[in-house]
Amino acid sequence: MNWINDGVLPKIRSFLNKKDTPENLWVKCPESGEMVFYRDLEANQWVVPNSGYHMKIKARDRLGHFFDDAAFTEVEVPDVPVDPLKFRGIKRYTDQLRDARTKTSMKDSVLVADGKLFGRDLTAAVQDFDFMGGTLGMAAGSAVVAGLDRARERKTPFVLFAASGGARMQEGMLSLMQMPRTTVAVERFRETGLPYVVVFTNPTTGGVTASYAMLGDVHIAEPGALIGFAGPRVIENTIREKLPKGFQTAEYLREHGMVDMVVHRHNMRNVIGSLTGIFMKAPAIDEIGDKPANVVNMRDVVVAAEGDAEEDELLDNPPIGAHAE
Amino acid sequence: MQSYLDFEKPVAELQGKVQELKALAESGEAGDIDEEVTRLEERAAEQLKDIYKRLTPWQKTQVARHPSRPRLSDYVSGLITEFTPLAGDRKFSEDAAIQAGFGRFKGQSVAVLGHEKGSTTETRLKHNFGMAHPEGYRKAIRIMEMADRFGIPVISFVDTAGAWPGIGAEERGQAEAIARSTDASLMLKVPNLAIVIGEGGSGGAIAIATTNRVLMLQHSIYTVASPEAAASILWRDAAKAQDAANAMGVTADHLMEFGIIDGIIEEPVGGAHRHPAKIIEATGKSISTFLSDFEGMPGEDVREHRREKFLNMGQALA
Repeated sequence: MNWINDGVLPKIRSFLNKKDTPENLWVKCPESGEMVFYRDLEANQWVVPNSGYHMKIKARDRLGHFFDDAAFTEVEVPDVPVDPLKFRGIKRYTDQLRDARTKTSMKDSVLVADGKLFGRDLTAAVQDFDFMGGTLGMAAGSAVVAGLDRARERKTPFVLFAASGGARMQEGMLSLMQMPRTTVAVERFRETGLPYVVVFTNPTTGGVTASYAMLGDVHIAEPGALIGFAGPRVIENTIREKLPKGFQTAEYLREHGMVDMVVHRHNMRNVIGSLTGIFMKAPAIDEIGDKPANVVNMRDVVVAAEGDAEEDELLDNPPIGAHAE
Repeated sequence: MQSYLDFEKPVAELQGKVQELKALAESGEAGDIDEEVTRLEERAAEQLKDIYKRLTPWQKTQVARHPSRPRLSDYVSGLITEFTPLAGDRKFSEDAAIQAGFGRFKGQSVAVLGHEKGSTTETRLKHNFGMAHPEGYRKAIRIMEMADRFGIPVISFVDTAGAWPGIGAEERGQAEAIARSTDASLMLKVPNLAIVIGEGGSGGAIAIATTNRVLMLQHSIYTVASPEAAASILWRDAAKAQDAANAMGVTADHLMEFGIIDGIIEEPVGGAHRHPAKIIEATGKSISTFLSDFEGMPGEDVREHRREKFLNMGQALA
């Protein structure tokens, strides 16, 4: 009865869901199930106010919230050959591309833009999951290369907001080759001594994670974002085991050494503004102040954990690691 | 509540008397005690000064390990603004025993790294008492190399009994990580400074202490192996740690004589833990001097200066 499960049931469900949310004015939080008014979400950068769940945000909205005064200029990305494999899956690849373009009004899954962050020039690229799952094909690869080259020419930091399901199957090996291609662009950018910051958003997987996204100087992740190489469904089907809760989340990756910090979308400007300012040896920014928001200060951690010193047995007898070398 | 070390007993007794007198005065059972209190306090201060003037290496070891001695986190919050800690070795794990990141010292961009011992039970466990796994050193390498690329000086704070001795640490190449970290530190074209703020324990310390300038706080120690480890190697008895500390030449004065370190930061009377603000300020001054001394020096020269220094170690003892 697979055709019922795979084909009919989701359609019925989505039809019912649509009825639940007339004209899509209300959005359901995937985490808490709470219904949130569309306008409220939009005003809150698509973070559910109560649960703090970070929903997907359109590429241009992302850039608008990131750059000063929501002002940015999109950078032209060179055209690439269209559908070289004449690929046809359930649908024609060319039809899929046309649909995605209509849906997102983007040329392909990656958008490159120039703008200012706290008055300083910066180049950014955003990957939109809504465009065929943010997959990496020739056009996306070219956009990443163009973005890094643009930053290199302008001598600005480069910030990449990653989101992807991985390689674009419809382009075959030409898609896989975008991994080394973008890697070369990262290497050339690195040689200039300019900083490259990657922001992992939900979800970032596959060939994108396994190339330019994991090669940043600093890796920031949005809370709860799924980050990995193989997606959880592929892993579960292969090893035939249920995956532990929290596996492949932003927080999990931080613990496992892949991500520097998990930062709330609202604090992205401050954290990146502060860090790139330090890397570029530019003066401090008054607006940011002493501590970039939401970066937990080490002393805060210590103070928060401060227990009663009198009861602190270890205080008097700290183990000194007798055989440590 | 001030905690006293064994050899501070005379001071503790005098301070105890002061407390008693004050308590009596509050309850109205004593007359004019001001004079007596002043007298006792002066004597306590003198005693303290006297004791700290002639600390033995083992006593210094105890001061260096004092639970309230200022930690990396104290220096960072006192001296560095906009500090953003970075995490992870991009290979296996985040290791909280070593903290590393970027911030500003008096407005200037700096990379900061060091061992964090923690100051409460919870934070001590979190930071594994400042004893790092290979991941900690690999994170340090990552931050040092990033600083190098951006042309940002590196300041490291050394405070560890040593690298963590454990199965996992060995499996994942503790020795390789330390070797690579030392290598990375020596290769930098940006100037780097190391300050031993507590314990500088062996390879775990050297991994982030091969710098253009190495400073020690007056009562910190820097050892080839922790006194306990040395005692168990030499006498197969960790209880002989005291003898080992006294015999190995672990104090700042001694190491200055041997040319192992380049300077000593004087501690306030009674040790850094009695006046954290003062020692942090003094450390800040040393950082300023370091930054201005190396400012504008070409990268090749910075590296050469460091190489020469370490190549000559122990070659020409005065």
